Amino acid sequence: MAKNEEDFSANLAGEDGQSEESKSSWFKRIKKGILTTTSEKKETPEGLWAKCPECNYISTVTELKENLFVCPKCNYHHRIGSSEYFDIIFDNGEHNVMFENIRSKDFLHFTDLKPYQKRLEETWKKTDLTDSIRVASGKVDGEDFIIACMDFEFIGGSLGSVMGERISRAVDYAIEHKTPLMIICKSGGARMMESAFSLMQLAKVSGKLSQLTDAKIPYISFLTDPSFGGISASFGMLGDLNIAEPGALIGFAGPRVIKETIKKDLPEGFQRSEFLLEHGFLDFIIDRKALKERLSTLLVLFKG
Amino acid sequence: MPDNKNRQFLDFEKPVKEIFDEIEKLKQTEEKTKVDLSDSIKKLEDQVIEKRKNITSNLTAWQKVQLSRHPDRPYTLKYIQKMTTNFVELFGDRNVKDDKAIVGGFAQIEGETVMLIGHQKGINTKMRQLRNFGMANPEGYRKALRLMKLAEKFNKPIVTLIDTPGAYPGMEAEERGQGEAIARNIYEMMRLKVPVICVIIGEGASGGALGIGVGDRIFMLENSWYTVISPENCSSILWRSWEMKEKAAEELKLTSDYMHKFGLVDTIVPEPLGGAHWNYDEAANNLKNQIIATLRELEQIPAEDRINQRIEKFSKMGFWDEVAS
Ligand SMILES: [Zn+2]
Repeated sequence: MAKNEEDFSANLAGEDGQSEESKSSWFKRIKKGILTTTSEKKETPEGLWAKCPECNYISTVTELKENLFVCPKCNYHHRIGSSEYFDIIFDNGEHNVMFENIRSKDFLHFTDLKPYQKRLEETWKKTDLTDSIRVASGKVDGEDFIIACMDFEFIGGSLGSVMGERISRAVDYAIEHKTPLMIICKSGGARMMESAFSLMQLAKVSGKLSQLTDAKIPYISFLTDPSFGGISASFGMLGDLNIAEPGALIGFAGPRVIKETIKKDLPEGFQRSEFLLEHGFLDFIIDRKALKERLSTLLVLFKG
Repeated sequence: MPDNKNRQFLDFEKPVKEIFDEIEKLKQTEEKTKVDLSDSIKKLEDQVIEKRKNITSNLTAWQKVQLSRHPDRPYTLKYIQKMTTNFVELFGDRNVKDDKAIVGGFAQIEGETVMLIGHQKGINTKMRQLRNFGMANPEGYRKALRLMKLAEKFNKPIVTLIDTPGAYPGMEAEERGQGEAIARNIYEMMRLKVPVICVIIGEGASGGALGIGVGDRIFMLENSWYTVISPENCSSILWRSWEMKEKAAEELKLTSDYMHKFGLVDTIVPEPLGGAHWNYDEAANNLKNQIIATLRELEQIPAEDRINQRIEKFSKMGFWDEVAS
């Protein structure tokens, strides 16, 4: 399966994915509100076109957007960012983004191929994002709801101090306002440039979730493609409900690492949402188009 | 502890090996000629101590990583044997199997019953296979949690000993929920009503380490390391090459002195000159004293306060700027 070959460690290194599959399945935000794929795009009189990486179906970006970035032909769920999810889930797309003033810094003076500080500055310039997660409050069919949603295009959605702190503040806000919380996961794993500080975010967020438990406030973990490493080894798997989009790759170790370890090809569908559901780690899989309605029902159920 | 003649030496330990070889030669000469050479031998033995001291004080980050993986280094069961009495090992996760990469059981430290849990590496080729090089599967983490809950039920403190190159990245591990198992442990350890001390005794790699690494106090042995990824894997991901592991080790600032400076670990436990492999008794005794002192301190704190302090401790970890919005 071609997509199993995808190498999201390249994204964690702050680079775009190496394989054609990962490039074509990803929408990049150039400026606010304008989306384009990183490849397989062409300019035509009808606007931008995009090719589905799964079935090669070609549709206009406008058409795709109306379909919530789900392939009209094969139901492939394209990767989207926090802005798109907020638009899809919150009533009239209205929401209030919080904690944007918390920013990453190169405390360790970490230099790989570039200094971490330079990488951050380049990413801030290239995207209109301040870090790999955004927290927003809004309403879902009139019910208050908080979403913390990762953005894969910010250093592979990597888990660093800022993600940990923004989620922690989201938990405090949820407790204070007695409002259910959902984290939308989309990350290759840890932000290595923050070394042990990155690892400790697993403990930090889990501790905060424990406070949420004591306050009896529902927490939903929504896993989308991809959700790996420290994400699945902490809050990604700690939801009162763990749910996922169809076909999402979810796991602890990445497929490339597993393949190198066992020196065998991985079976079809390995580490996909359907595989996790079968092995008992998900409550259900939900199509993007049915997501809002299902969340709305859940909020009613938790409340009633 | 290996006899001196069976010791294994890392590259940077070679100067010590040379003196050892000289001592061995003198001893053989003494045997043959029946001439007393004890003065010369004594001098050389003093030199060994001096060399061990030199080695410890000038290590690079990568050399410390190598030291943490020294083939003669004591592992969890060795520390348990040296620090405790009445150890009863307990097996199994009550679900799938017994994971040999994590061991645990009740024992007494100076008469007090404690639950000890740790990663276990093998001491020879066959045992290394059996112990899966200290890389646990989900069953290992679930066994650890079962034992922690058992300790909590009977109000016994918990000590975990961490020594792993990472959780096992295998197919079955994924099928049985490696991520979930580690996540569950981190979450549940945060809420344990009994005192918890975690000690990095060798390698502390990533979620595989943190899966038994949440506690009221975190210790690191002097020559251990602890971070989010091994230097080798970090090199392969960030530098796209396996050749940059030494640089990665430097950049990751993964040694005990940095980790203590950053406030991510509470205490550095000193090792014998040259590393824990030079003297198991001394290494275990240093750790035991630190555990006893810390348990006395933790046992004074009411359980609920201890849990809140534990959550608070980890909540503070991280670095960020707050810009004017
Ligand atoms: Zn399609």
